[in-house]
Amino acid sequence: MGFFDRLRDGLSRTTQQIVDRFDDIVRRADDEAERAKPIDVDTVEALEELLISADVGVAATERIVAAVRDRARRGESLRELVKSEIRAIFDAVEPVASGNGHTPHVTLIVGVNGTGKTTTIGKLANLLKSSGKKPLVCAADTFRAAAVEQLEIWARRAEVDIVRAREGADPASVVFDAIQSGRARGRDPILVDTAGRLHTRANLMGELEKIRRVAARAAEGAPHEVLLVLDATVGQNGLSQAREFTGVAGVTGIVLTKLDGTAKGGIAVAIAHDLKLPIRYIGVGEGIDDLVPFSAQEYVDALFQDKW
Amino acid sequence: MFDSLSTRVQDVFKSLRGEVRLTPAQVEAALREIRLALLEADVNFQVVKAFIDRVRDRAMDQAVLRSLTPGQQVARIVRDELLALFGNAEGGLTTHAPTPRVVLLLGLQGSGKTTTAAKLGRWLARQQRHPLMVSTDVRRPAALEQLSVLGQKADIHVFEPASMDPVGRAGGALVEARSKGFDTVIVDTAGRLHIDDELMDELQAIKEAVQPSDLLYVADAMTGQDAIKSAGEFNRRIGITGVVLTKLDGDARGGAALSVVSVVGVPIAFVGSGERTEDLELFHPDRIVSRMLGMGDVLSLIEKAEQAIGRDDAEQLEAKLRKNEFTLEDFRNQLRTIRRMGPLESVLGMIPGLANLKQLAENKPDEAQMARLEAIICSMTPAERRDQGIVNGSRRRRIAAGSGTSVEEVNRLLKQFTEMRRVLQMIGQGGGTGLGRSMRLPKAAARAAAAPGRKRKKGGPWGLIKTR
Repeated sequence: MGFFDRLRDGLSRTTQQIVDRFDDIVRRADDEAERAKPIDVDTVEALEELLISADVGVAATERIVAAVRDRARRGESLRELVKSEIRAIFDAVEPVASGNGHTPHVTLIVGVNGTGKTTTIGKLANLLKSSGKKPLVCAADTFRAAAVEQLEIWARRAEVDIVRAREGADPASVVFDAIQSGRARGRDPILVDTAGRLHTRANLMGELEKIRRVAARAAEGAPHEVLLVLDATVGQNGLSQAREFTGVAGVTGIVLTKLDGTAKGGIAVAIAHDLKLPIRYIGVGEGIDDLVPFSAQEYVDALFQDKW
Repeated sequence: MFDSLSTRVQDVFKSLRGEVRLTPAQVEAALREIRLALLEADVNFQVVKAFIDRVRDRAMDQAVLRSLTPGQQVARIVRDELLALFGNAEGGLTTHAPTPRVVLLLGLQGSGKTTTAAKLGRWLARQQRHPLMVSTDVRRPAALEQLSVLGQKADIHVFEPASMDPVGRAGGALVEARSKGFDTVIVDTAGRLHIDDELMDELQAIKEAVQPSDLLYVADAMTGQDAIKSAGEFNRRIGITGVVLTKLDGDARGGAALSVVSVVGVPIAFVGSGERTEDLELFHPDRIVSRMLGMGDVLSLIEKAEQAIGRDDAEQLEAKLRKNEFTLEDFRNQLRTIRRMGPLESVLGMIPGLANLKQLAENKPDEAQMARLEAIICSMTPAERRDQGIVNGSRRRRIAAGSGTSVEEVNRLLKQFTEMRRVLQMIGQGGGTGLGRSMRLPKAAARAAAAPGRKRKKGGPWGLIKTR
């Protein structure tokens, strides 16, 4: 199943409402007789509300709405205008950083509490394994009760190795051990699960900094990738999370989870617009296969698909 | 919490405050700012619309525009309307319930149900109740284990049957509670999406089996516009009696809280504000609104301080201050007390006038630094702690080595402690009664922190804490 089918499957209910409302808005505006005229105020307002209620955020919404309002329409459809504007926002993000061929490739998974970091690691390990790699997962969440056990179960399901520590151990030391052990056993990439932490807690963010430092000592250039896991239901606080985690942990990409609910994950657009961070993967269900690489083109198509 | 919202609303009022007369255009400009602030705080756009309309109606009243203090009048209208949105309901559990009372926790994945179960257990134990917890989450890997570990930590009994049937586990806990004399049963459930019919049916079955008096919907304070939909759906299908708002110790503006309360019509019962099992508080709408508008939340601060300090300690401290006997040992106790009160930032946010200080947001207090200060004091001998005058150069070197810090840091601590003692002595002579006593510490903190620019030179524990 391709990205689009997966997304549509997971998103079917998600998108339905936004698609329906968007359809209502554009149907009138894209009428043959209307196409030559500028877009009217009611349409602009309805569009604004739709984007805001999809968590796209005030700044990105203003940009999209302004583009739609100000552009002289030469028979273009409103649907295409909106889609191309959002696509342009995604096109402007930083390209995905490569690991520069370092082995083992170390990926840090970070985020606030309850966004689905551990579940994402399990799914990601499975995805990488099925593409022929030999991942090793590292349980560096030594704080939350039973977090290590949770990852162990995922590792068993994905049939990958795990390096674990006892609860309360220093997470940085676990990461160091995992990299050493991964190198010795020929495992690559190494996926590190970290404890959930609110981005406003200075001491916990400091711990993340330490994990980075220690990882860099164990492997050149590590961590090569830092993925921030965001819950698709998150509102504009997602921006604040992305900003803080990027400042401390050098986030290189976003994983958007729980897109199988009714949330539209519009925060992806807000983050691309405000912070230029790429979305790497999306989680669309509870099964081990329910993590797929993100494609902006198809995401926009799925959100604003033509109903007819 | 709500910090950015309050900052923006205050900026609006600042611009209004100077005006002798308001014009409708000025009110309109202010309303636009408020609208954007609310939208950025994730308040549902329909709620925002209705809210702005109501404020506009009242603010455009000629009596307001012509009044001598139009800015204040508008501020009051905003405050009243915000309070109206939250409703007048105070938080907590429902007042009438059979014994044993059953509390069912439900919500989306990752909202914090299991953690809330343990926190609620602790809260009930503090009210002299005897709670029993049970998890019915047989789906998420290691969820059962998480609750049992949390139960151990919080010293709350966890019912752990062998059965893997969620309904059976919940029912079993109720039987267990009746036979062993527990007066409250907290039922934790698996996180589920409101569109997952199979799991919603399971939830309904659990509800019918245990007949809970309290159905608490656990919601992440950082949720966006979707909050209303999921809460509304849970309410429609299962019925909820209250909301627990979690992760409020972050910088979430909590607009979702407003939306859920005003649209779904259920009150917020509790708020979670930290990672420790003690970090659960009753919800007070008036205090939250005060905080949103930057008036501080002094009542919550006093409660926290009283919980952490204890009245006797406060009185002892006051006596010492009066006699100028405040020593490094007392200072160390103070440091520990502050840390017991929870994350520094949430404590600071409650002090009136501090929430809107931009400088404070940039100079976040560093909790690691507090640990270093404590380490320095702990590396002193009792004699040195009681009389810092005897700490000469050689002692300083020893203390620095013992605490893993540098002589400069020891010097700085001693110098600033002397300064702080002078300031505290002045406050101590100011006297105080009742609640004011336990407020001594935050007050000193407020003074020092209210002038962040001069922080390093000033006394008070905050002067000693290096900022990032």
